[in-house]
Amino acid sequence: MSKFDFEHDIDIAWCPGCGNFPLRMSIIKALNELGLDPTQVVFSSGIGQAAKMPQYIDANYFNGLHGRGLSVAVAIQAANPSLTVIAEGGDGDMYGEGGNHFIQNIRRNPNITHIVHNNMIYGLTKGQGSPTSPRDLVTPIQVDGVVNEPFNPMAVALSMGATFVARAFTGDSERTKEIIKAAILHKGYAIVDIFHPCVTFNKVNTFAWYKNNTYWLEDDYDPSLLTNAMAKALEVQKFPLGILYEVKGKPTFDDNLNVYHEDKSPIITRKRDIANVNRLLK
Amino acid sequence: MRDSLTIVLSGEAGQGLATIEEFLVEAISKEYHVFTSKEVMSRVRGGNNTVEIRIAKDPVEALRYGIDYLFLLNNHSFYRLTKRVTDKTVVFTEDSFVSDEELGKLKATRHPLNLSELAKQAGNRIFANTILFGYIAGMLELTKESCHELIAARFASKGDKIIAENHNAFNLGFDLGKAYVLPKKVGKPTSIPAYKVMDGNTAIGIGTLAGGVNFIASYPMSPGTSLLVYLAEKGKEFNVLVEQAEDEIAALNMVVGAWYAGARAIATTSGGGFALMTEAVSLAGITETPAVIHVAQRPGPATGLPTRTEQADLNLVVYAGHGEFPRIVLAPGKLEDGVHLAQRAFWLADKYQVPVFLLTDQYYLESFAQVIPFEIDDRYLESFVVKTDVDYKRYAFDPSGISPRGIPGNGLGFVKSDSDEHDEAGQITEDFDVRVAMNDKRLHKRSLLLADYVDEELIGPKDYTNLLVGWGSTYGVIKEFIESGDSKNTAFLHIRQPFPLHPKLKKYFDQSKNTIVIENNATGQFANLCKLELDVKIHSSILKYNGEPFSIEEITQRVTEAIR
Repeated sequence: MSKFDFEHDIDIAWCPGCGNFPLRMSIIKALNELGLDPTQVVFSSGIGQAAKMPQYIDANYFNGLHGRGLSVAVAIQAANPSLTVIAEGGDGDMYGEGGNHFIQNIRRNPNITHIVHNNMIYGLTKGQGSPTSPRDLVTPIQVDGVVNEPFNPMAVALSMGATFVARAFTGDSERTKEIIKAAILHKGYAIVDIFHPCVTFNKVNTFAWYKNNTYWLEDDYDPSLLTNAMAKALEVQKFPLGILYEVKGKPTFDDNLNVYHEDKSPIITRKRDIANVNRLLK
Repeated sequence: MRDSLTIVLSGEAGQGLATIEEFLVEAISKEYHVFTSKEVMSRVRGGNNTVEIRIAKDPVEALRYGIDYLFLLNNHSFYRLTKRVTDKTVVFTEDSFVSDEELGKLKATRHPLNLSELAKQAGNRIFANTILFGYIAGMLELTKESCHELIAARFASKGDKIIAENHNAFNLGFDLGKAYVLPKKVGKPTSIPAYKVMDGNTAIGIGTLAGGVNFIASYPMSPGTSLLVYLAEKGKEFNVLVEQAEDEIAALNMVVGAWYAGARAIATTSGGGFALMTEAVSLAGITETPAVIHVAQRPGPATGLPTRTEQADLNLVVYAGHGEFPRIVLAPGKLEDGVHLAQRAFWLADKYQVPVFLLTDQYYLESFAQVIPFEIDDRYLESFVVKTDVDYKRYAFDPSGISPRGIPGNGLGFVKSDSDEHDEAGQITEDFDVRVAMNDKRLHKRSLLLADYVDEELIGPKDYTNLLVGWGSTYGVIKEFIESGDSKNTAFLHIRQPFPLHPKLKKYFDQSKNTIVIENNATGQFANLCKLELDVKIHSSILKYNGEPFSIEEITQRVTEAIR
């Protein structure tokens, strides 16, 4: 048994064949290979099938509200920067309900990893169109097919100045794991959008569809160039997979907070001296 | 009603009224009792804003509506004040700011005061405010030297030349003011304590620091923003992480996340912003994560009157959030309450793992009053966070009724918090028995937390037959009415914790033959809450909801009618 996994059997609420299963193993392996101490790792998630992931990984978690996983994650990391913080959820959770937090937190550049399961459909609420659903996808709500343009999280992240932007596909567990490791090691905000099929509700974007409509970036691809990355992010006929962009050295949210300019100790460890407060009453 | 003078300065946004107010209240406080409030329009420049300064021989903590001395600072600063002007009012003004006809209708007296002309004499039009400070200081026979000291302190960074010029400008005003013979005066107290002058916002701010706040995330909204500003000013010195969130939803989720990680966090907002936070209140409820939320009330619904005052969000905070879970609502009346309750809010939130609300309003936050300097101790810095061991369960059924709260990274265990119904370990469950047990555990805290109920205050005769009941910022005005002794058999019960109410309060109502609840809202929200929570008889309500606080004249008149 590895760390981050359970000794006992767990009852997992996902459908058989769900892309979340291999993703779970990729995450657990990534955390182990990085040698992280589970007591120092915190998952923050919203609501949805993807957001249940922390239930099935043995570490700390705060499973909060739909769309708000990022807000909670950023606060946890800022209150205690010694923790490894991972925000996780689905495309509806993170790009729909939490869309404003997605945009604004890229600007903050918090030192967290953001894992978004992207199956282009709402699973938990039973098959409605999601922000990333392709046009013409017929659902119980979009009865004539989705008419909105699909949201492009990679292009949005790049345009907002994200410092690590990657996309993976659960069809390749090994590469997915490596990308997650790189995201966790990245100092700053790291988004990993992860394609995977919803076997129950999305009959268009199937495993085979993802296989046929994606390709892994070539070995000589240079992720340090924003122009390269933006060109790749805008490719939507066949989606590129891999680390589209990474830039190092940009100050993170906690670096920029004045409480951490001189003193690097987590604010939660500092003591308040009541004598200083009493001076305000003089 | 206590004998007092009301001086009103009427001008527009951007004219520096707040600066004159700060100078005057500091200077007057050394020699008289003083209370100031302000009334501003929701604009950055222009409009009509007023500062009301009440000066008395005895302590005052309330607004007096009638104006004795009115200073007009431009030609559109009179028309909104006509209801407050009488034949006793003296209006200090440049010739063109108000016509004789307008003054004649109200039989008010004109006294020429051309501040722009005097400022020119002093060398620059920017000295107008300092001249006005000097003029009023002269009228009130304040000690010139102590006023000079205030000016020197204020302009210390600007150099001796600027200080000297301002001293000259002050003197010019002072001599004119001193020469003016006041038709109405109040005596100086024979001795006066070395008061500290501050506004309600500062009291709340100091209280949060004393309660250990080290994290604030908020989205700007008047009048709640001022606490965010205060903590931003103090942030570096006191290690407070200050973040302006992208919206109120993010703000309270960040606050909840920060508490989960071990911080003491607060969000400050007003009614509309708080409406957006309600889902996260419910989140704090089921995850049993502490949270402190400052809701600074202003009149609604929706955008309402953004810069005015009201007490109409009591129901909102008492019932905010889906599902059933306990909470605490604290509402300060006097400045000391602001410090003590804000301090206590963090301790209560930590101890009982519930959302705690600090419910204030524009009038409370922006009024300046005097307090006798006092010291606070560190009892509310007590932490209830435990170190976790290997088999730690965040939601353990503990004999104390409260599951010991660990934080991630502090011990060998995991801290698993869940917004879904969960088992003791924090895992999602749909087991009906566990659901009931968890719900019962959370709701049981409501009776536990009454052990730390914030005491009420009874002012007036113990053998009363009439009882006035108030909460929050109406404290000062009702207290003055009682202490002025206009009604011998009437007492005032001030409630500082409006929710949940302690059953011991029932006895006050049971003794009363005529109970009148006084509130700054239209529907008597607190009266209804008392009926529901305490099953007591309320005979009538005195309500006000035009956006202004109660004045002492209005309370005197309306209470006198109600107890006749």
